[in-house]
Amino acid sequence: MSFGNITQHAGEWLRGQGPQSDIVISSRIRLARNLAGFSFVNRADVVEQRDVLDRCRREITDRLPDGEVIWVDLNQSTPLDRQILVERHLISNQHAKSKAELPRAVAIGADETFAIMVNEEDHLRIQVLRSGMQLAEAFEQINRMDDTLGQHLNYAFSKKLGYLTACPTNVGTGIRVSVMLHLPALKLTGEIEKVKRAAKDLHLAVRGLFGEGSDALGDFYQISNQVTLGRTELEILADFQHSIVPQIIAYEQQARAALLRDRPAQLDDRIWRAWGTLTNARQLGTEEVLTLLSHLRLGINMGRIDKTDVATLNQMLLLSQPAHLQRLCGKEMDQAERRQARATLMRQKLGFA
Amino acid sequence: MNKRKCDKCDQPATHHSVEILKGAKIEKHLCDLHAGEEGLAIKAVHTPINELLTHFVKLHSGAPAARPDRQCSSCGLNFSQFRASSLLGCPHCYEAFENQLKPMLELAHDGGDHHVGKVPLRDDAIERGEQLQLQVMSMRKRLAQAVASEDYELAATLRDQIGRLQEQQP
Repeated sequence: MSFGNITQHAGEWLRGQGPQSDIVISSRIRLARNLAGFSFVNRADVVEQRDVLDRCRREITDRLPDGEVIWVDLNQSTPLDRQILVERHLISNQHAKSKAELPRAVAIGADETFAIMVNEEDHLRIQVLRSGMQLAEAFEQINRMDDTLGQHLNYAFSKKLGYLTACPTNVGTGIRVSVMLHLPALKLTGEIEKVKRAAKDLHLAVRGLFGEGSDALGDFYQISNQVTLGRTELEILADFQHSIVPQIIAYEQQARAALLRDRPAQLDDRIWRAWGTLTNARQLGTEEVLTLLSHLRLGINMGRIDKTDVATLNQMLLLSQPAHLQRLCGKEMDQAERRQARATLMRQKLGFA
Repeated sequence: MNKRKCDKCDQPATHHSVEILKGAKIEKHLCDLHAGEEGLAIKAVHTPINELLTHFVKLHSGAPAARPDRQCSSCGLNFSQFRASSLLGCPHCYEAFENQLKPMLELAHDGGDHHVGKVPLRDDAIERGEQLQLQVMSMRKRLAQAVASEDYELAATLRDQIGRLQEQQP
């Protein structure tokens, strides 16, 4: 595959546009589907896995009208290319790192608004990504794609339990609705713990930047549904649109207002220290960059600093990730070299190098 | 504190309740599974599903050896293997392990026990799906045996039949 220009721009989830994009970074929906007549991926032998992959490739590349589809055979790609796809949120860590002999792939929309993982935990993991709060648009797109593929692939489906998935926690609709939220003020005021507890009471999962098992680096929180059985797709979606997301946005806005009212000096200090470090540091780690970019993003969105814009920050966020950084510099680098290259890149992007 | 056992099995009791019914005191001490069955536990759940699953799996991994390990007739997965990985082997596993999965599904899905969402557009999907599941999976097993015993003629026939069954379009 050619990554020639894919690493040059920020991709859909970091486009920094769309409704409420000062807090809602991106909207994501995924559907888990399996083909009838086959074992699930973890129990299938290589012949079956290959058969599933071939069938899915044929239908995906022939039937999907959504512009150009890039088919990436992950067995043929390098670990660095796979890591780039993880950093762009197009495949999961698990899909990047599973056993070398497992035939697996991802079909990516040329505009990066969708990615279909084949032979991850389920035969198909269809996902649609949009920047900002665009769950309705994302659902419309994924539902259409699912209808198209479902007319030509025999999905494993039961009247009682719905779409059958390898893990029973996904059975039913097989849907996972997630929003990536930037909640720096709730983090600074410590109220984020309350939000997390409330989310858990509502059977929602709160995860970090890179999904399952990752920390909330850079004050990014990914909130997603866990219940997939006994509720319709639209009910699950409506919870996010009308109650969960608006409430968390309101809390974050209140926390931002409170910071400005009660602790303006402390707030500005954070923002300007971030600016100072990013424009001067000679060595920077990934986590540190995420924290600094988070404070700067808060400053821009609150109108406390106007030296750069959110689009630039999004680009910096993506390019500072290990695989993107190495691709950008055109060579493999160890951690120490990456720390230096990362600091240089940050200064360049902010006009200080 | 002494570890009290569940009123209904040998697992440690994790849910305790006291009710006064017509002046008589009724104490209940139940494990997660039986509390779920009694409707005691569902509301008390604030744990992420992954943890719940792991917990559930651990809770039942020490199940008495006397109970025979159930097996899926389609893919051959044992229920104990599912306990270890949290992953089922094929769509038919949901039927094969229906009773064992039921309390777990209700726990993971906030009491949800049947699908109310989208249905595949193809009206023959459900029927064909089930037919494919059993028929094709067993044919694939015979195919593997045929290849193993070097009966290539049979293998070729089976491969064609499987191909035809799965190619059928609406």
